[in-house]
Amino acid sequence: MRAFTRGIIGIAGFLVLWELLGRSPLLPADALPPPSVVAGELVRQLSSPTFYGHVVATLLALLIAIGIAIAIAVPAGLVLGSVPAVRHATRAVIEFLRPIPSVALIPLALVMLGFGPETKITLAVYAALWPILFNTIYALDELDSLQIETARVFGVGRAGVLVRVALPSALPFIFTGIRLAATTALIVMVSVEILASSQLGIGFFIMEARSGPGRMDQVLAGTVVAGVIGLLLNNGLERIQQRWVAW
Amino acid sequence: MTKFLQRWVVFAGLVVVWQLSAWLADNPYFPPPSDIVTAAWDWWVVEPENFTDNVIPSITRMLTGWAIASVIGVSLGLLLGRSDRAMEYANPLLVFLRSIPPPALVPVFLLLFKTGTATQMATIIFGVVWPVLLNSVDGARSVDVTKVDTSAVFQIPRWQWVLGVVLPAASPKIFAGLRVSLSLSLVLMVISELVNTENGIGMQLMQAQREFDNERMWAGIVLLGVLGYVLNTAFLAVERRALAWQPRSRDEQHA
Repeated sequence: MRAFTRGIIGIAGFLVLWELLGRSPLLPADALPPPSVVAGELVRQLSSPTFYGHVVATLLALLIAIGIAIAIAVPAGLVLGSVPAVRHATRAVIEFLRPIPSVALIPLALVMLGFGPETKITLAVYAALWPILFNTIYALDELDSLQIETARVFGVGRAGVLVRVALPSALPFIFTGIRLAATTALIVMVSVEILASSQLGIGFFIMEARSGPGRMDQVLAGTVVAGVIGLLLNNGLERIQQRWVAW
Repeated sequence: MTKFLQRWVVFAGLVVVWQLSAWLADNPYFPPPSDIVTAAWDWWVVEPENFTDNVIPSITRMLTGWAIASVIGVSLGLLLGRSDRAMEYANPLLVFLRSIPPPALVPVFLLLFKTGTATQMATIIFGVVWPVLLNSVDGARSVDVTKVDTSAVFQIPRWQWVLGVVLPAASPKIFAGLRVSLSLSLVLMVISELVNTENGIGMQLMQAQREFDNERMWAGIVLLGVLGYVLNTAFLAVERRALAWQPRSRDEQHA
């Protein structure tokens, strides 16, 4: 409880500092609206159905992206982690693909997929793949060989070992990868919405507020909502992990 | 050495497959690698001012931003990591700030800093400081209790305690954070250049997209991939040197 109170005090201190900075004459007017103004705007937006539409659009696209990323990365990671030959063969390719920043693919995705939700989902999937893939591979490296051999002795086949021994023991690690991937995917998602002017989503809301009327209070209100979603996502997944996959 | 050879042979083979399939498919969105290389050559080598005016400033901003973020992240992280109470105050705030997508703050930075370069640096720093900071906190917390007690008994000076005990103990974690943020800084460099800039790789990419110049667009993407690869490899080499005294870190075999 005391840690909780201190955390609240920390956030309150930050807000006071921001309020003072926002109201001080040192900064250009309207560049940084103080939290009191942003909070008012946030309340106004939260009672508007259009804003909800944007939030839901981002969340839905995010869930789809994470789902697709898991469906690709976990099986791929299991194969790469358990068959050394495949891993060596693909290593150069993975090393070249991974450093390509997902945002660098925005132009390519735009010309190929257009301005619809496909673009942001594809890019978020690309960004979310790597943490899940690498954590799955690491997890298989850490596998206790005694467990595998025991299973083999009892006549479990290669695929059986993979599904019944390797996957369960790798699950906590994979889950950490998914948690990392979810946060990354959210950032990429909102970035793509901001940069590639999709028609829906929090990022689009932020971009519209900025480029149209230059409403910094709306920009910051949208930013706070994006931050809160990230926070809830991370904490929620952490809770699930502690409760169900902590063995 | 054979693994090295094997890796590059496979890589070369894939490029050949890409070349052939691009020829066969003849799709304007997927130019063959030979066209991409030619485009890159014409763009950056034949007209070197394109390289010096765009690629060099991009890399400079990225590395400077990363360096500043590293200094902030490590010093703040070591401080917070050695005090449980300070961490209790700061933790929820840090978690929230980390969850903010940095591009959302670009408009605010633009108004605050006026010039393009300062805005871009602010975006990069804000985006990449978190992995370093959080890993430094973790690292500083992991100092061996025996070492803490020994240092307390010998009453070593404060600076020696920080530089000689805490920093080395935290260094494997710090390096892991630095590496994550290095690759992240490449992403943020591109993001920061996609809006309101007069130069940079990201701007060139956007320009190529607007002009439907697919070869140049691909050249930009490949350049970013190569850049990421080179940075990561260079960083690993430095890390291996710096942490040579450590028991071999598990991380590098996956690099």
